[in-house]
Amino acid sequence: MPVSLEYFAIREIFWLFPLERFVNKKIIEAAKVVLDMAQRGIREYDAKRLLARFLPEYLNEFSYNGDLALVGPETDLEELASTHSWLKTARLVVKPDQLFGKRGKHGLVLLDADWDRAKKFLQENMGAQVAVGGITGKLSHFLIEPFIPHEEELYVAISSDNDGDNIFFSMQGGVFVEENWDKVIRFHVDVLDGMDGIDIKSRLPEDLGEKSNAIENFVKALWRFYAETGFSYLEINPFTFHKGYIVPLDMVAKLDDAEEYWQRKRWSGLAFPEPFGRSLSKEEQFIKDLDSKTGASLKLTILNPEGRIWTMVAGGGASVIYADTICDLGFAKEMANYGEYSGDPNTEETYYYTRTILDLMTRRIDPRGKMLLIGGAIANFTDVAKTFKGLVMALEEYQQKLQDADVKIYVRRGGPNYEQGLKLMRSVGGRLGVPIEVYGPETHMTRIVPMALGGASV
Amino acid sequence: MSQTLSKNYVLFDRNTKAFVYGYQTNAIQRMLDFDYICNRSAPSISAIINPSRAGIHKAFWGSKEIILPMYKSISLAAKAYPEADVMVNFASHRSAFDTTMEALAEESIRVVAVIAEGVPERKSRIMSATAKKQGKIVLGPATVGGMTAGAFRIGNTAGTIENIIASKLYRPGSVGFVSKSGGMLNEAFNIISRNSDGIYEGVAIGGDRYPGSTMLDHILRYEENPAIKMIACLGELGGEDEYRIISALKEGKVKKPLVAWVTGTCSPVLPASVQFGHAGAKADTHKETAQAKNDAFREAGAYVPTSFDGYGDTVRQVYEMLLSQGKVLPLIEPEAPKIPADYSKALASGDIRKPTTFICTISDDRGEEVLYAGKKLSAVMEDQMGIGGVIGLLWFKKELPDYAARFIELVLQIVADHGPAVSGAHNAIVASCAGKDLISSLCSGLLTIGPRFGGAIDDAAREFKHARDMAMTPEQFVSDMKRKGVNIPGIGHKIKSVKNPDKRVQLLISFARANFPSTELLNYALKVEELTTAKKGNLILNVDGCIGILFLDLMTSCGAFSKAEIDEVVRLGYLNGLFALGRSIGLIGHILDQKRLGSRLYRHPAEDIAYMMPSQEDIKCRR
Repeated sequence: MPVSLEYFAIREIFWLFPLERFVNKKIIEAAKVVLDMAQRGIREYDAKRLLARFLPEYLNEFSYNGDLALVGPETDLEELASTHSWLKTARLVVKPDQLFGKRGKHGLVLLDADWDRAKKFLQENMGAQVAVGGITGKLSHFLIEPFIPHEEELYVAISSDNDGDNIFFSMQGGVFVEENWDKVIRFHVDVLDGMDGIDIKSRLPEDLGEKSNAIENFVKALWRFYAETGFSYLEINPFTFHKGYIVPLDMVAKLDDAEEYWQRKRWSGLAFPEPFGRSLSKEEQFIKDLDSKTGASLKLTILNPEGRIWTMVAGGGASVIYADTICDLGFAKEMANYGEYSGDPNTEETYYYTRTILDLMTRRIDPRGKMLLIGGAIANFTDVAKTFKGLVMALEEYQQKLQDADVKIYVRRGGPNYEQGLKLMRSVGGRLGVPIEVYGPETHMTRIVPMALGGASV
Repeated sequence: MSQTLSKNYVLFDRNTKAFVYGYQTNAIQRMLDFDYICNRSAPSISAIINPSRAGIHKAFWGSKEIILPMYKSISLAAKAYPEADVMVNFASHRSAFDTTMEALAEESIRVVAVIAEGVPERKSRIMSATAKKQGKIVLGPATVGGMTAGAFRIGNTAGTIENIIASKLYRPGSVGFVSKSGGMLNEAFNIISRNSDGIYEGVAIGGDRYPGSTMLDHILRYEENPAIKMIACLGELGGEDEYRIISALKEGKVKKPLVAWVTGTCSPVLPASVQFGHAGAKADTHKETAQAKNDAFREAGAYVPTSFDGYGDTVRQVYEMLLSQGKVLPLIEPEAPKIPADYSKALASGDIRKPTTFICTISDDRGEEVLYAGKKLSAVMEDQMGIGGVIGLLWFKKELPDYAARFIELVLQIVADHGPAVSGAHNAIVASCAGKDLISSLCSGLLTIGPRFGGAIDDAAREFKHARDMAMTPEQFVSDMKRKGVNIPGIGHKIKSVKNPDKRVQLLISFARANFPSTELLNYALKVEELTTAKKGNLILNVDGCIGILFLDLMTSCGAFSKAEIDEVVRLGYLNGLFALGRSIGLIGHILDQKRLGSRLYRHPAEDIAYMMPSQEDIKCRR
C-alpha cells in the first residue's frame, strides 16, 4: 500500500508529542476523553508486580524483588505489616495508586518515612476528597514500597502503533522528560520482525558509559515482557540503578483487555480500577449491572438531570451521531443523557432500560416541556417490533408522569419488522394521550432531532 | 479463476467465490439469498469450513435446495476450490487470529473478513502486516464486513433481504462507501440509495484501534475503479486514519468527489470516561477530535455537511453535480427481484397457510411449560393430581374426581406384578437373560398381553355392558354366552376359586363399595358369578373382569362421562392400557432383577419338551 510522505510527516508530529506519555494527565483532564474499552489502565502496584514476577524470565541481571503493598479502604494495616515484614524495617514511600499522575505536585507522596509515619499518612489521607486536574474524587488506594535514595533518573516507555511498537529512552527522566523531549531516543520495533536486527547499543548516549550494556539488555527484555504480557502502554519514569541493579521508581501501564484469554495466568489477581473520580449514580449503576448480566449492550451516562432532551438510541454508532446532532444544533446544555441499547436486548431488558430513563426524565417538571428521542439506525437483525414491546410497556406504566412532565416523543427506527414496531408506537401514543411522532427509514436518521428541537428554545 | 485477480482495485465481483469459516447457517443463507437476487449464475460460497465436522450443508438457492461442501480445515478447502479467493471468518475472538493467519498462508485466498470482536491489538497488527506484505487484504476485525452491490456480500452485511431491496443493493450504483462502524453501514446504504443512484461498494473496516485495512486503503481502491464516480466516508473521532485520507486528498491521490463526516462532535461536552461503542473512538488530542477532523476534511476539499443530519443532502448535491456534468449517467432501474419468503416467517406473519398433517388434543409443548389437556404441569403438581389424575388428563381429557384417580392408582398397584411365572414376566425375563436391553425386554413382555393374558379387561367390560344394555338377566347372559360357545371374559381363573378367593378382587370391590356412588354393573357381575361358580369353583370374577366392570361403574356414576364417551372408551379399548401400564412396572423390575443377578442365557430343558415328530409318511405330498 503506497503511503504518502505527508502521512509520515503527520506521524512525525505525533512522535514529538507521544500521546501515551500523558496518560495520567489525560485521565485527569479528561473532558473529552472517553474510557477506552480495549486499553485499560492498571494500578502501579499491579504493573510493578507483573514486572518483578515476569521480567526475570527475559533478563538474568534483574534483581528487583517487588516489595510492594497495596492499601485499600478495607486493609488492616497491622495484618499487612505482618505479611510484609519489610514495612516495619525499611524506609518507605507512600503514594495514591488510582490511575492519576502528578502525585508529587499535589503533595500526595510521602517520602523516606518509617512505618509509624506511613500509617499516620494513610490514616489522614484514606477517604480524603482531593481535586486533581479539575476532577474531584476520593482517595481509596495507596501503594507502599521501600524508599530508594537515588540521583540518576532514567526514562523508558513503550507504546504501540499500526505497524509495531515504539521504545522511548532518555537519560533525562523524571519530571524533566517533557522539557528534554529532544533527547529522547526512539526505537521502532516492527510487529512482524520483532527485536531481531535492531541495534540499540550504538544509539544509546555515550554518557551511559558502562551502564549501556545493562540498559540494552533491559530495554530488549522489557519489550519482550511488554509484547508477551498483553501490554498496550508501559512507562517507567523514572528508573534508577540501585546497588548496580535497575529499580523502577514510578510506573504507569495499560493492558489490552482483549488479551485476557491468553494472559489469564500472568494476569491472575489483577483488576481494572475505575478511572479516578468516576462515581456512578444509582441509575447508572443499575444499567451497568443490567448490562453485565446480558449479551446485549446497555449503557447510560447522565449528563444533566435537569436537561430537557432525553435520548434512547439503539446502537453505539447511532447514539454518538444523535448526541452529535443535538450538540451541532446548539443544544448541548439541554442534553440530559448519553447511552445506547443494542445487541438485540430482550423485551424485559428494554423495559427496564426505558423505565430508568422515563423515571429520570419525569422527576422534575419544566414549564417548557421535555423531549424523548427514541432513535436508531436501520438494524441488521434486531427485531424492532420485539424491542419496542418492552419500550411500550414502560411508556404505559409512566402515562400519567409523561403527561405531567409534558413529554413529547419522537421515534425513528428501521430494520427487521420495523413497520410493525412503528405501528405499535403510533398506537400507544394515541392511547396514552402523549404526543408521539413516528418515522421509519424513509426519514433521515437524525431528522427527528431538528424536528424535536425546532419548537424548543435554549 | 475469476477476473478479480487481474484488477487489484476490485475486492469482489459477480464471480467472487468465498469460503465461510464457521457453521453460521443464517449468514450462509443470507449470502446465498443475496447472490440469488443479484441474478448471479452460481452461489458465491464454494465451501464451508467447520473444524468440528466435514460433510455437506443443505441450503436454499431461490426456492430450490442445493448442497454446499463442508471441510474441516482451510487448507483442504483451498486445495479443493482454488478459485475461492475470499474467506469470511466467523471464528470467535479466541481463534480468529490463528484461522486468519492460516487463510493468509494459502496462496489462493486474497481477502479475509474477520467478524469477531475482541481480537487482541497485537494479533490484529500481525494479521494486518502479514496481509500487507503479501498484497492481501484483511477486513476487520470487529466488523459486519462489506458488500459489492449486485455481486457479493460478506455474511450479514446489509441486514435483511427487505432492507437490501429497499436500498437497491441488488444492482450497482456509482458510490463507494467506507466507514468504521458496521452498525451504521445499513443506515449509510439507505441514505446513499435515497440521494443518489446507490452503492457500488460499501465496507466497514471495524471499530478496533488497529483495523486490518484502513479507510484510506479502500478509498484508494474506489479512486482507481472507473465504475465508482463518487466516494463517501464516515469517520470517527480518535486515531489518525482520517488524516491519511486528508493527505491523499491534498496530494491529488483522491480526485473523485469525497463526501466526508466524522462522528463524535459531541465528545467535548461529554464527561470523562463515557464509553463510546468502539475501541478506536477516543480523542487524545485536539487533532483527533471530530471537529478538527471535519474542518481538515473541509479544508482539503472534501464535501462536509454541517452535521450528520445533512449527510444525505450533501450526497445528493454531489451526485446531482456529477449528473449535470455528465460524469454519471441516469440509471435505468432493473426490476426489483424477489426472494421466496421463509416458510416459518411467512407462517408467522399470516401470509400463507397450510393444512396440518395431524392433530393433537391432549398435550402442548410449545409454550414455556408443557400443558396436559390444557392444564399447566405446575398446576398439575400444585393440585397434587398424582398418576391417576395425569391419566385422567392424558387418556380421558378430564379432571377426574379424587376417588376416581385413586381407583386408577389402585388398579395400577394391583396389576403391577404377579410373579415371574406368568407369561408376560416370563417372556421379559427370557429376553433379558438373552442379553437384550431394558426396552427390548420390556417390549417382549408387553407383546404377550392379549386376550389370554391381561387383555381381558376391555372384553369383560364390553360383554357385561352389552348384556346389561340389552337388559338380559344374569341367567339369560350366561346361557346366551354358552349358546355362542364363548367363555365369558373376566370369569375364571387358573388357580383361584370360591374357596381360594383372589385377594386383589376383594380389594377392588371394597374400594368401589366404599367410594363409588353406584356399583350397579358389579352387582350384576356378582350375580353372574354366582351362576358360574355353581357350575365350577374356579369360574370366579377374575381381576381383569373386576377392573373392567368397575371402571364402567365408575364412568357411569361419577358424572364426568356421557354415554357416548363411555361407549367410546369401551370401543377403542382404553382399559387394557391400565394393565399394560401397571404391569410394565413389574416387568421392568423382573428385567432389572435378571441383569443384577448376571443371569445367563435361558434355555428350556429338553426333558421338559415332548418331542413328537411327524412320520415320513405324514409329510409326504399327497397330490
